[in-house]
Amino acid sequence: MDSQAIATIPEQEHAGHEHPEYVRHHFATAAQQRETANFGMWLFLLTEIMFFSGLFAAYLIYRNWYYPAFVTGSHQLKIWAGTLNTLVLICSSFTMAMAVYSAEMRKRKALLRWMAITLILGMGFLCIKGYEWHDEWEHHHVPGLNFSTTAFTHVDPRYPMDKPLAPDMAEKTQTYFSLYFTMTGLHAFHMIVGICVLIFLMYKAWGGAYTNGHMNTVENFGLYWHFVDIVWIFLFPLLYLISRHQ
Amino acid sequence: MSEPTHHTHTVVPPRVYATVFGILLCFTALTVFASYFELGTFNAVVALAIAVIKAVLVILFFMHIRYSSRLTKLTISAGFFTLIVLLLMTMTDYISRAWGMW
Repeated sequence: MDSQAIATIPEQEHAGHEHPEYVRHHFATAAQQRETANFGMWLFLLTEIMFFSGLFAAYLIYRNWYYPAFVTGSHQLKIWAGTLNTLVLICSSFTMAMAVYSAEMRKRKALLRWMAITLILGMGFLCIKGYEWHDEWEHHHVPGLNFSTTAFTHVDPRYPMDKPLAPDMAEKTQTYFSLYFTMTGLHAFHMIVGICVLIFLMYKAWGGAYTNGHMNTVENFGLYWHFVDIVWIFLFPLLYLISRHQ
Repeated sequence: MSEPTHHTHTVVPPRVYATVFGILLCFTALTVFASYFELGTFNAVVALAIAVIKAVLVILFFMHIRYSSRLTKLTISAGFFTLIVLLLMTMTDYISRAWGMW
């Protein structure tokens, strides 16, 4: 208890009400503490949404300016890898929701099991993403480090209706790939942070934390994990699915 | 001491999570499927509409907003409203500067 609380609240008044020991002194009830924690997490997530939206706005403008370059750039990505990663991430969101539910039901083993599945799926996502990045490096699609426009100035046999790009528009595929690497890279960074936090939470849950009724931490981590999933839900169609019919 | 605003906490049953999970998988298949059809401008509209539906499902059920207090609901709505205003203002600026590029 901090000194101010001692000074302002007489001991006999405090002793008058019962509450679980995890309720901090400045909250009246456990429910109020829980809602405050969720509210604070949402304020943080809103700032994260604004952060990613700056990139989405840049994407929107450049896609309108250099549309042919964006179409050809998008055709270089592996659609099966993107779809598989979307499935992996949606599965991990579901398992995370089940982990929060298990914490709510105070089932320690179930909580650990769902968290472990979430962790494996999260790492699986990063592996597939890493494979894709490696593939794009091999094909000289990394602007600034390893880029060549030759893939865009002749007709791709997989997309025979694509016209070869003029040299100036072919240069603009760098804009597409810059946005692609920035957005998927920042998303992957959020995944890595999430995985590190998840491992720490599993360590704590192993010792019996979060299944004693106090589960704000797990619940807020769940919110973060679902937020990362939502970012990918937008990244996938915008980066992988531009005009696949051509 | 006055009581804080009362909000009953709902435990979302796994059945709801499983249903939402199934719908999300269906929409993922649908968005890939739809991208192979020539719909002109509507390809982007369909892709974004599906993404928005998926995001709203995740927010409402996985993130429990459907069962949250009014304060939380209002705050999140205000956040998204601000985001739309910012995007619209940016686009208005770009569209009105570069005539012919759109």
